[in-house]
Amino acid sequence: MERLRPILVRVAQAIPVVIGVVVISFVLTRALPGDPAVYFAGAAADEASIAEVRAELGLDQPLPVQFLYYVQDLATGDLGRSLSTGQPVAADLARRLPASLELTLVALLVSCLVAVPLGVLAATRPGSWVDHLCRVLVTTGVSMPTFFTGILLIYVFYYLLGWAPSPLGRLDFMYLEPDKVTGFFLFDAALARDGETFMAALKQLALPALTLALFTMAPIARMTRAAMLSALSSDFIRTARAAGLTRTKVLYGYALRNALLPVVTTLGMVFSFTLGANVLVEKVFAWPGIGSYAVEALVASDYAAVQGFVLAMALLFVALNLVIDIVYAAIDPRIGFESR
Amino acid sequence: MTTISRRSILKGAGAGIAASSLPFSALFPAHAAPGGVLVAVHGETINSLDLHRTGTNRPSYQIAVNCYDRLVAFGIKTLEDGSLSYDYATIKPDIAESWEVSEDGTVYTFKLRDDVTFQDGKPVTAHDVKWSFDRAVTVGGFPTVQMKAGGLDRPDQFEALDDHTFVITLDRASKLTLPDLAVPVPFILNSEVAKANATADDPWALEYVHNHTIGSGAFSVVRWDPGQQLVYERNDNWHGDLPGVTRLILREVPSQATRRALIERGDVQLSFNIPNKDAKELEDKGLAVYSTPIENSIHVVGLNTDFEPFTDPNVRKAIAYAIPYDEIFQTAAYGRGIPMWGGPQEVTSTEWPQPSPYVHDLDKAREFLAQSGYADGFEVPFSIDLNQADWMEPTALLIIENLAKIGITSTLEKIPGANWRTASLVEKRLALHLEGFGGWLNYPDYYFFWAYQDGHLFNSSNYKNDEIEALVEETLFLPTSDPAWAPKIMRMFEIAFEDIPRIPLWQPALNVASNGADGYAFWFHRQLDARTLSPASS
Repeated sequence: MERLRPILVRVAQAIPVVIGVVVISFVLTRALPGDPAVYFAGAAADEASIAEVRAELGLDQPLPVQFLYYVQDLATGDLGRSLSTGQPVAADLARRLPASLELTLVALLVSCLVAVPLGVLAATRPGSWVDHLCRVLVTTGVSMPTFFTGILLIYVFYYLLGWAPSPLGRLDFMYLEPDKVTGFFLFDAALARDGETFMAALKQLALPALTLALFTMAPIARMTRAAMLSALSSDFIRTARAAGLTRTKVLYGYALRNALLPVVTTLGMVFSFTLGANVLVEKVFAWPGIGSYAVEALVASDYAAVQGFVLAMALLFVALNLVIDIVYAAIDPRIGFESR
Repeated sequence: MTTISRRSILKGAGAGIAASSLPFSALFPAHAAPGGVLVAVHGETINSLDLHRTGTNRPSYQIAVNCYDRLVAFGIKTLEDGSLSYDYATIKPDIAESWEVSEDGTVYTFKLRDDVTFQDGKPVTAHDVKWSFDRAVTVGGFPTVQMKAGGLDRPDQFEALDDHTFVITLDRASKLTLPDLAVPVPFILNSEVAKANATADDPWALEYVHNHTIGSGAFSVVRWDPGQQLVYERNDNWHGDLPGVTRLILREVPSQATRRALIERGDVQLSFNIPNKDAKELEDKGLAVYSTPIENSIHVVGLNTDFEPFTDPNVRKAIAYAIPYDEIFQTAAYGRGIPMWGGPQEVTSTEWPQPSPYVHDLDKAREFLAQSGYADGFEVPFSIDLNQADWMEPTALLIIENLAKIGITSTLEKIPGANWRTASLVEKRLALHLEGFGGWLNYPDYYFFWAYQDGHLFNSSNYKNDEIEALVEETLFLPTSDPAWAPKIMRMFEIAFEDIPRIPLWQPALNVASNGADGYAFWFHRQLDARTLSPASS
């Protein structure tokens, strides 16, 4: 309970944020250009049928009334129905969010596995070839737009070499979608002990995840390098060295542990912008994630879908910030939740 | 569920496995499977299985074609290049075995076949037809508008005399009625299943039909993941010639580049509605590419007569002569489609679309501008739709460049998707813009009804001409065999070319690439018809 209380307080603090998001997303979607009634009335709709559609969508009501209906539906967990997919927004998000999260998390994992060691190596040997390699790699990664990297990878690994499976979303036709537990195919397939499906999902995931990983490596590697450099030059490391501790112990036991804090902060930020930025990757790989969903919805002025997306993202980031705070406390016990 | 082995499911393709009950129907690319499975890709989203529902988009129309039957159907013909196309001239029986039209052309009596069943085994009766037609004219929106085009307005026009006799009574005879019965809209649903799933709030079972196909058609949808894919499975009890494909997997792939890689590698057998550029390049690489000009459809430059300089016919003519037609056709359409300029000075045929007499001639353009009240030119924004930027942007840029040469200053204004329809067609507030309209019922008078009559939706130019109004009224329901029809139609063309509120550019083509699929047929609704498809025989 001691440790749970501050977390609960942190969660409570998020409530005004969520309310704000609800109001702002509602107002902003109404400010979108375009009239959804016209867009969805269809090819040969005349004025009467447009009016019918408008009434059916409740768009003929004044804004405050529309807002009340929206909040009322929200309270019952109903996010409305997307016009572009014809499905309830909540169902759409439930299906697509795991796809985006899986892609983003795997990309970040790959990115960290490469970028953190690279950053550490670069920091311990500044000016060496490793340092230069690190710089070249991250600069290339970040300076190529993701859709370009994606198409390039498809061209080389799918079109030319034929190593990668066809870029058609999360699974090839041959495989059964694993029973839904988390919605993460890798995880669900592993739970079902279905090695074949696991490998198939992994293969589909490889190129898009690599595309995103190349893009996200730069900030992580650079931040690791900078944080390591500053840690290595600080007093306590000098003391540790003077005390005759082994190089490994100094490097990983003390320096890296201290350098991790800014890296985790960066990771949180990278995660949030990657989740938004993977729209293009999703499009290129026909990945059924929320990025492409939100863009389609925006283009069509699909109010319910846009609002649902904004709300889901807001909740996600509130949760993410909470997690980062907890991770902070785990890495460095001096940092607590209590305001000092 | 997870214990179903992959092998058994692969073998089960088309062999009666209840695929809809599976978490994921495992499906096999056709090149590896003998079972007649094809994979097609397109870039659009199917947003409903029910064409009658509010908000159902154009890509979804194919469900009505593949999974449902109608009273009558269009025939299929072979075009000059050997590809297949629907045949507007032939209307053949579908569910209706035969039909009679009363002397005055207002009462249609259809005899239904007695051997047709819905996919759940229930026989198709005239009561199902009645219920389905009532639904189409009642739910509002596009289906109701389209039914009206054929003179089908109200439920009291439809009557089921007995199980196999269905009668339509029209307010006036119209040549549009019979073809309108063959378009995707008047599809026949299993009324018993629908009624069982209807509620007080939803008497037409829109919610249920949105997610389920309850027809008697050649296919049923066994899996639909909105935004990702749709899987058709053949109905082996279909009354028509059984399709050569047992399953068709339609995957949504937004990226053009990815779609192209997939079709080139042969991992998918059909890529639907590909850009003109890809069509040209894929054809150069030796793939089978079908480019069918879309009947009754023209890309035009719209000159809004609410905008002052465009009220002057000389200004409109000046612009029509300032357009570099051929350059546009090569740049924006990659030469695919049919040119709609440089035709004869006199209208001598009722064929539509037909080329306008205008050509690219800047001297003539300057002449006409000098005769108008705007000899010194003027400024006007040129509006295009961001969603159609692939052809609109190069077209607009080339026109702007040439307008500058005759002293008209124009700036490009890009309007995002959802706003375009409102601005161009509903509010009709765009001065100079691009537009493309194609009428489903392939008659020139039908095209003029939508695009040249005052206040009608696709008349984005706000054009109004009393003679055109009268001519459309007179010809719209007249049979084409009537001696009065042809002269009136030609008069209509003359006025349209003389007044030139819409400057024809070209007739666009629908491009489809195939790599391992045979039997593709073009349809006016521009969606994939799976009924004629089969895996390549070679």
